[in-house]
Amino acid sequence: MTLVLEQLLNGVQLGVMLFMLAAGLTLIFGIMGVINLAHGSLFMVGAYAAAVTAAQTGSFLLALVAGLAAAGVLGMVIEFVVLRRLYARDHLDQVLATFGLILFFNQSIILIFGRQPMFVNIPPAFQGAVELLPGVPYPIYRLVIIAVGILVALGLWVLITRTRIGMLVRAGATNREMVRALGVDIRLLYTVVFGLGALLAGLAGIMAGPLTSVQVGMGEQILILTFVVVVIGGIGSVRGAVFGALLVGVVDTMLRAFLPGFLRTMMAGSEADALGAGLSSMGVYLLMALVLLLRPKGLFPAHG
Amino acid sequence: MTGPMLRLEGLVKRFGGLVATDALTLDVVPGELHALIGPNGAGKTTVIGQIAGELRQDEGRILFEGAEITRLSTPQRVRRGLARSFQITQLLEDDTALDNVALAVQAGQGHGFRFFRDARRDPRLAGPAMEHLAAVGMAGRAQVRVADLSHGEHKQLELAIALATGPRFLLLDEPMAGLGASESKAMTEILRGLKGRITMLLVEHDMEAVFALADRISVLVYGRCIASGPPAEIRENAEVRAAYLAEEEV
Amino acid sequence: MGLVLALLTFAALAAIPLFPDLVGGPATITLFARMILYAIAAVSLNLILGYGGLVSFGHAAYLGLGGYTVGILYAHFISGSPFLGLIPGTNQLLVTVPAAMLVSGLFALAIGALSLRTTGVQFIMITLAFAQMVFFLFVSLKVYGGDDGLIVRRPNVLFDLNLRDTTTMYYIGLVALAAYVWLVARIVRSRFGRVLTGLRQNERRMAAIGISTYRYKLVAFVIAGMGAGLAGALMANLQRFVSPDMLAWTKSGELMIMVILGGAGSLIGPIWGAIALVGMETALAGWTEHWQFWLGPILICIVLFARGGLYGFVASLLKRDGR
Repeated sequence: MTLVLEQLLNGVQLGVMLFMLAAGLTLIFGIMGVINLAHGSLFMVGAYAAAVTAAQTGSFLLALVAGLAAAGVLGMVIEFVVLRRLYARDHLDQVLATFGLILFFNQSIILIFGRQPMFVNIPPAFQGAVELLPGVPYPIYRLVIIAVGILVALGLWVLITRTRIGMLVRAGATNREMVRALGVDIRLLYTVVFGLGALLAGLAGIMAGPLTSVQVGMGEQILILTFVVVVIGGIGSVRGAVFGALLVGVVDTMLRAFLPGFLRTMMAGSEADALGAGLSSMGVYLLMALVLLLRPKGLFPAHG
Repeated sequence: MTGPMLRLEGLVKRFGGLVATDALTLDVVPGELHALIGPNGAGKTTVIGQIAGELRQDEGRILFEGAEITRLSTPQRVRRGLARSFQITQLLEDDTALDNVALAVQAGQGHGFRFFRDARRDPRLAGPAMEHLAAVGMAGRAQVRVADLSHGEHKQLELAIALATGPRFLLLDEPMAGLGASESKAMTEILRGLKGRITMLLVEHDMEAVFALADRISVLVYGRCIASGPPAEIRENAEVRAAYLAEEEV
Repeated sequence: MGLVLALLTFAALAAIPLFPDLVGGPATITLFARMILYAIAAVSLNLILGYGGLVSFGHAAYLGLGGYTVGILYAHFISGSPFLGLIPGTNQLLVTVPAAMLVSGLFALAIGALSLRTTGVQFIMITLAFAQMVFFLFVSLKVYGGDDGLIVRRPNVLFDLNLRDTTTMYYIGLVALAAYVWLVARIVRSRFGRVLTGLRQNERRMAAIGISTYRYKLVAFVIAGMGAGLAGALMANLQRFVSPDMLAWTKSGELMIMVILGGAGSLIGPIWGAIALVGMETALAGWTEHWQFWLGPILICIVLFARGGLYGFVASLLKRDGR
């Protein structure tokens, strides 16, 4: 039972990470109609910038600033140099060009930092564990991530429901043409939304660093999982991103934790482990298939 | 056949807070040309979209030849003989005029899953397609790519494609929009030639054409039908004049 | 003009092994054989991407499934135990290739049936995600090598031919390519093909003339998947090795680039695209270890500035000269 609680929290923590990426991705698509594969690169760059800064200075705060700045600046550069030329193009062109960006960024990272993964220490303030229930210790750092995720979700909620920019974002997500017709400074709106998405992706990368190793290719792994989240939640919907991310995070974590053990009760250990690993890594995709069967537009479709 | 060919019953369509179609009930009897007019934003195209099955209404029913078609998809409705033309022409830009019509002929024949024979050399497609092109006065333009045709020709081609599906009922969404005076006249004559053979619901801003063609006219304002009747009656209707016709100076 | 270019392309390809010294020795024949097999996969993707306008970002999955079918059948042929206790292994190319196409086709049917319920950007994400699922499936199948892949020690048997000889494999690939291109050429001109190209141009119009688009898309999706399965089966024989790398998502991206680079929606453009991309990768890789650093920006420039691909470029040149 305590293990279940622990894994459930791990699932929520993964869900929080996925949410930060999915919210940016889904808003960028909703507002600008752009699919940006390099969103995962922002995650990676944020992680690297923070890891290097932490290693050099030993300061977590500086690492946080460096990671956010790197992701934010890179996001603006991508928008200015490449994506701006792709708004009017079809999705195929967007996919291919941003695929080119991924190759470039991954190789650049290899050129600068090599292929060896980097490891980041958990900031001293967040080391150790607390007892959630008597006899159930849980790492503080993971709780911090969950807390940050909740704050981000609340912040986004306030931004979207209570501000003028949020109103435009909502309008844009349901009817892109209408926002254009309103005569809003679309450039500014785009930059704000894209910058926000980049910062969130960077933040997720920074926080992921101490949990997983920081390495090339980390962006794409989580990007594809983020796609699953967006498809399940419904494209362009932040609410969908919240639920989709939590669902995917929890399902993925639970399957990995418990499926092999469950199978071991029915067959030989090694076979059970192999099959369990296979099925659990496929689990979220099967979940996506199920959602597609029942609700082809996702659980919370933004477009009428 | 008795009873209406097409019947809309209490049709409601909302977009967010906006009610685009407001409890609309409308009958079109077999053989008539029924015009649907109204000021811009009255929701005429929305009604066409719901009848064609591209938009799902929020409330109400649609009956075609006595059977409810409310839940049928667009292709299913077309196969029952309910075709439409588009206000903003929807054509295959890279193909020739003939290709566009031939594809509609093919769809009507229902033999789409044939993988080996060259469709462009199939006389069972090209023959009927040429006839439909000729019917709208475009026989001489059959081999021209759609992208190289004029706006007026696009409108004619729209009609030819709709005819090629073999409809018993045509939904025409502003077939005259953007046409010059002589082109409008030609289109009016083409539609007049179809009258009686095909039942039509015509949405149109060109009042000259509407009053020349229509057997009955319904007036739509803010999604509701404020009047319905023969042209002479509509012309004299005070409410209609106030809402609509006065500003158009008919 | 299209026919002339196609015949010239195939004549040139058929002539390549006759002049091994000109192209740089037998090792280069292997490279050309790889280009040919990628060309089959690119042509198959072009059927849905170029003609049908379906942006499938998971096409490498069918390539890999084809390859693994050959690999798994070979493994069971060697061990003597049937696959799942039912299907005996084999090393007969005339069995393994159709089996590979069948497997790829069945997966394409299942994945397509779900993905095609959506359109646009969702379709892109979903095809990518399902391909990733297949990738993880093979990574976790430790019985068949998992991460490390599966070695096919001896190539399949086809009559008395020596498939270890790369020139022989090259010609087998070329014949397969010619056959598949011929098939696609027939399909795109047929009634089915008219619907398919119509779907790309205006799906709303297709519905309005009474065509239920889903079934057409699904059939095209399956035909394309089978083509990639064919390519994968032959590739397993050429490399005598299959691994999850073959169905990585980057491979799907490369297949899309081949199509766009060569010219989407043209019959032989994707062949040129496959040759150009594999050639470019090989050249860059021979020059620097960090070839992707250069390939990335090149791709972006191709997408931004070179519309119509190589085929469109050549066609416009020929047209200008013709006048």
